[in-house]
Amino acid sequence: MFSKAVKIEQRVEEGKGITTLRFPMDAKVRPGQFVMVWIPGVDEIPMSVSFIGALAGITVKEVGEATRALSSLKEGDVLGVRGPYGNGWHLPPGRVLCVGGGVGMAPIMTAAEGIADRTRVDVAIGARNAGEIIFEERARRASDDVRTTTDDGSYGLKGTVVALADQMMKVKRYDVVLGCGPEIMNRYLLKACKDNSVPCQLSLERLMKCGAGLCGSCVIDGLRVCADGPVFTGEQVERMTEFGRWKRDDAGLRVSL
Amino acid sequence: MTTSLETDLCGTRLRNPTMLASGVMGETGDSLLRVAEAGAGAAVTKSIGLEPRKGYPNPTLVELDDGYINAMGLPGPGIEAFGEEMSVALKGGIPIIASLFAAIPEDFVTLAVRMQEYGASAIELNLSCPHAKGYGMEVGVDPEAVANIVMHVKAAIDIPLWAKLTPNTHRLLDVARAVEGAGGDAIVAVNTVKAMAISVEARRPVLFNRTGGLSGPAIKAVGLRCVYELYEAVDIPIIGVGGAETSRDVLEYLMAGARAVQIGSGVGRKGLGVFQAACGGLIRYLEENGFSSPSDIVGVAHVQ
Ligand SMILES: Cc1cc2nc3c(=O)[nH]c(=O)nc-3n(C[C@H](O)[C@H](O)[C@H](O)COP(=O)(O)OP(=O)(O)OC[C@H]3O[C@@H](n4cnc5c(N)ncnc54)[C@H](O)[C@@H]3O)c2cc1C
Ligand SMILES: Cc1cc2nc3c(=O)[nH]c(=O)nc-3n(C[C@H](O)[C@H](O)[C@H](O)COP(=O)(O)O)c2cc1C
Ligand code: FES
Repeated sequence: MFSKAVKIEQRVEEGKGITTLRFPMDAKVRPGQFVMVWIPGVDEIPMSVSFIGALAGITVKEVGEATRALSSLKEGDVLGVRGPYGNGWHLPPGRVLCVGGGVGMAPIMTAAEGIADRTRVDVAIGARNAGEIIFEERARRASDDVRTTTDDGSYGLKGTVVALADQMMKVKRYDVVLGCGPEIMNRYLLKACKDNSVPCQLSLERLMKCGAGLCGSCVIDGLRVCADGPVFTGEQVERMTEFGRWKRDDAGLRVSL
Repeated sequence: MTTSLETDLCGTRLRNPTMLASGVMGETGDSLLRVAEAGAGAAVTKSIGLEPRKGYPNPTLVELDDGYINAMGLPGPGIEAFGEEMSVALKGGIPIIASLFAAIPEDFVTLAVRMQEYGASAIELNLSCPHAKGYGMEVGVDPEAVANIVMHVKAAIDIPLWAKLTPNTHRLLDVARAVEGAGGDAIVAVNTVKAMAISVEARRPVLFNRTGGLSGPAIKAVGLRCVYELYEAVDIPIIGVGGAETSRDVLEYLMAGARAVQIGSGVGRKGLGVFQAACGGLIRYLEENGFSSPSDIVGVAHVQ
């Protein structure tokens, strides 16, 4: 699809340097899918769809030029959006533990909301500090058991969200864990799920250019994060020799994470 | 009678006449490996140059109903680092064709010699990228310059040499004859058609590079015309490319005169199953019509 121009109807500051932009979107989106967002004159970058529906949304954390430009947009400004792309989560029956680290909560939240039965889904939210905890209220509307952690202990439990998830898996029974966060978090979460014999799905990130499965810039081993992912099963991730160690730069050269 | 899709391309044996086109999933060894697993008869690498190149900033791709416009800007790891990718790609067991870009004959020679060492089955000269300044199409529309490059590279390697041409010129047939005259073994046609997309809301071109190359079904009719004309102009084999994504498309290219057909955009639009699906339909057509090999129908559209 041609990058479709959309007008920003709502802008919400979710946390420190984390902003949600809402805009109308006709295309049907599944939880865990992403769009390529064009900021004219700046860049085009991948963003998870953090709100699904007629008033769709993305939630942006400022890390560089494009995300800074995106965050500074106001209601009424125009963006280009193409997509959705990617596979999205596979939401099986049974009990689900959703684990989000930082802005990784964006695709996690749509998964939690995609499960109609609130007794079936628990949510563990982690961030570096209180200012970066997002979507807690929203999570409480979708689930009976929502817990939070911060690395510095400024909010919720002190510690990592993986330690929290590990605890929850030891006490409660889950049929699947869904995780999204920094790669280091994903790596430890994978290990925790293995230790507790719970299958998992992880949403991964790599440098994206085309977003459409063509250019190959986003590959991890042979798998394209944009077209074969961004959600991969724990077994798939375990077979990836590059996971947790290497990524590809703009030239396709392997560099350590 | 048994029907087989096996195809001979100037000495390179393919299990079927479909091939991955350059620039699509061809930047890393592992993704080339996946293309082999998906059933392609051969795979062409991303066009590789001497040095690592980042390519253009985004947007590098526009998606249309019937194709794409891309201006990737020839990103790639450079010839040195690509050796490792080649060694992985070769595990797929299909011929790996090395696509190369450079500005001068000496650099093409350096690259081709390295790729031959890495185990490439053939070299494909990218004389046709429409959006990288100083490379590709900028060299590929001048028959003399092309002949000079082909002659130099041909003298330096033992594997077959293919030249990939641009449709963005009225001199396509002159360039093709120059390739043949200089000893080139095959013509690959076509690369993308120079194009542009404009956003009304943003009041500017969408691509960072402003212009890019159109691919996919939108250009199939152009590709077929080029292959048809080339078939009457040269005697060396022609490899068709441009908008092929079904067995019917492949049949059209074969009938126009192509010995094999490359698929690029089809991988994005249909997924990696595109090769197997095209081959399945192709073998059924051949069987039902009493042909034993794709070569039986190459050029049959050239009726008197
Ligand atoms: C499928 C997918 C979904 C995504 N969803 C979201 C989302 O919902 N919300 C969101 O905020 N981001 C998301 N991202 C990440 C986002 O695309 C990048 O942060 C963005 O492209 C960075 O662009 P930039 O120009 O701002 O930063 P750059 O100038 O490219 O980078 C600036 C600095 O940030 C670092 N950086 C770059 N990318 C990342 C990254 N992914 N994570 C952490 N640090 C990074 C770089 O190393 C560099 O130091 C997603 C990425 C993918 C692949
Ligand atoms: C994203 C993309 C990148 C490409 N990169 C290259 C390249 O590096 N070298 C090249 O010779 N052709 C490149 N091409 C052109 C294709 O190989 C092919 O000639 C063209 O896309 C037409 O075929 P198709 O319609 O099957 O895609 C690229 C095409 C696309 C879509
Ligand atoms: S970003 Fe181009 S293939 Fe994934």
